[in-house]
Amino acid sequence: MSEIKHAKPSIEEILDNGKFLVSGEIGPPKGPDIEEMKEHIELLKDKVHAMNITDNQSSVMRYPSLATALLIKEAGGEPNLQVTCRDRNRMAIEADLLFAYTRGIRSVLCLTGDSVPVGDHKDAKPVFDIESVQLINLIRTMEEGKDLGGNEMNAPVKFFKGAIVTPEAVPLEPQLIKFEKKVEAGAKWFQTQAIYDMDNFAKFMKTARDYPVKIQAGLVLLVSVGMARYMNGNVPGVFVPDDLIDEMASAEKGKAIDTGIKIMARQVKQIREEGLADGVHIMAIGKEGVVSRILEEAELDITQL
Amino acid sequence: MIVTRQKPFEVILKELEDSKSVFLVGCGDCATACQTGGEDQVKEMTEKLSGEGKEVTGSVIMETGCHELDLKKEFRAHKDELGKSGAVLVMSCGAGCQAAREGTEKPVFPANDTLFLGNVLRVGQFEEKCRLCGDCLLDITGGICPVARCHKGILNGPCGGTNEGKCEVDPEKDCAWTLIYQQLEKEGKLDKMRAYQPPKNWNTVLKPGRLVLEREKGGGKGE
Repeated sequence: MSEIKHAKPSIEEILDNGKFLVSGEIGPPKGPDIEEMKEHIELLKDKVHAMNITDNQSSVMRYPSLATALLIKEAGGEPNLQVTCRDRNRMAIEADLLFAYTRGIRSVLCLTGDSVPVGDHKDAKPVFDIESVQLINLIRTMEEGKDLGGNEMNAPVKFFKGAIVTPEAVPLEPQLIKFEKKVEAGAKWFQTQAIYDMDNFAKFMKTARDYPVKIQAGLVLLVSVGMARYMNGNVPGVFVPDDLIDEMASAEKGKAIDTGIKIMARQVKQIREEGLADGVHIMAIGKEGVVSRILEEAELDITQL
Repeated sequence: MIVTRQKPFEVILKELEDSKSVFLVGCGDCATACQTGGEDQVKEMTEKLSGEGKEVTGSVIMETGCHELDLKKEFRAHKDELGKSGAVLVMSCGAGCQAAREGTEKPVFPANDTLFLGNVLRVGQFEEKCRLCGDCLLDITGGICPVARCHKGILNGPCGGTNEGKCEVDPEKDCAWTLIYQQLEKEGKLDKMRAYQPPKNWNTVLKPGRLVLEREKGGGKGE
C-alpha cells in the first residue's frame, strides 16, 4: 500500500510522547451543505491535536462520520473516527474500517451508539449486531489480518483503538467492569462522558490509573443555566454540581456562554496542572468558534507543549 | 405467551372493506390471556361488525390458534359458516393468522398486532424476557437475559445511559445489566460478567425457523 502523508501527529504519538492530548469535536450537519462544517474544521484543526467526528450523533441522521474524517484529513487536521454499532452490522463496519485505513484514518473511537428511539428516525430498525467491547475486539481481529467471519484478509489494518467510559454512572461498579473489559479487548485510550465535578473525577481517576490506558476528560461547554439543569436531570451519567449551576445562573443576561467558557477553561487548566488526566476532549457542540478562546483562557497552546 | 394488541377498529374495518360477511377465529390460549381473541372479544367483535352492517357468519375459538392440524379440523367442522363468509378475521397472533391461511381459500385478515414473547406478571401484565435468539446465555448472566431485556441487547455490560438501575430509553424499565450485576454479585460470580462475550451468532436457526424432531426408530412413518 502506498505511503500516506499525515499533516499532524497521531493521537497515539501525542500520548506516547507524554503530551497533554487536546481534542475537539465535529458534529456533521443534516444535509449536503457542508460549508459551515468545513469552517468549523478550519477553526479547530490547528488548535487541537485531533477532532472526533460523531457518527449519526444522538441517533439523528447526518452527513457521515467517515466522509467527514476524510475532509478533516484533506484540510490538514487529524481525525478521530467515531464508529457506532447502531446503524451497521459487523460486515458493514469491517468494510468501513478497511476504507478508513486505506485513507489514513489512524484512530477509532469504539461506541455502541445511542438507542434509535432517542433520535429522529424512530421507526428505524436498530442494528446492534455487535457492541462497543466487541467492536474493539473486531478491530483487533482485523489487525491480525482476519475478519470476524474468520477469513483471511489480504493484509492487516492498524488503528489506535479508543473507547468511552462514564465516570458518573450510577451505579458505577458495573460500568467499571465494562471499562475493564474494554481495556482487555485492546482499548488504548479513553474519553469520558461529560464530567463537571472535579472531585468525583479525581476519585474515578484513582481507580482508572490502575489500568495501562490513557484517559481524556470529556468536557461539554455549558451555554446556559437551563442547559446545566437539563444535563443534570436528563442526561444519564452526567452530574453538574450546584456551585456550577449557581455560577451559570449568576451570569449576566446574554453572557452565559462567557461563564461557560470561563468554567471550562478553569477545568482544563486544573486537569492539566494537577495531572488529573492525560488530556481533555472538548465538546463545544456547535460553538466551535469559542474553542480557541477556551484554550487561551486555559493558557493551553498545543504548539507549545 | 405470545403477546398481542388489537388493531384499532377502523383499521380492521378497512381490512374488511371488500367483505360483506366475516367468519371470526379466536384463540383460547395466548390471545385469551391478552384479551384480544377470547370469548368476550369475539363476542364484542361480532357485535361491532354487525353494527357496521357486516354479517358475521360464525366463529370458532381455537384451543390453540397456531395449531394447524386442529385448525383445519375446526374449519371443516364449521364448513357451512365459513363457506358463507367473504373473509376470515383472525383474533390471535400472526402465527394463528397464518394457521388460518393454511385452512381456507378465503382471504384471511389479522385483527391483532403481535408484539413479543412475554411472561405473564399478573392478569393483563406482560413483560418480554426472551428474544428467541437460539443461543441461550442465561447460564452466564444470572438468569437475566440482556438480549431481550437490554434495549440495545448489549452482551458485555451496561451502556453509559444506565441510570440508577433504570434504562435511559424508558425509566419504567430496569437496566438489565444492573440486574445482572446485582444477581451475579449475590452469587459471588462476578467473574462471569468480567468474561468477554464474543459477537453473537444471529443465525443459529436459519430464518425462517424450522424444526423437525427425529422420530424414534421403528415408530411412525418416514425416516
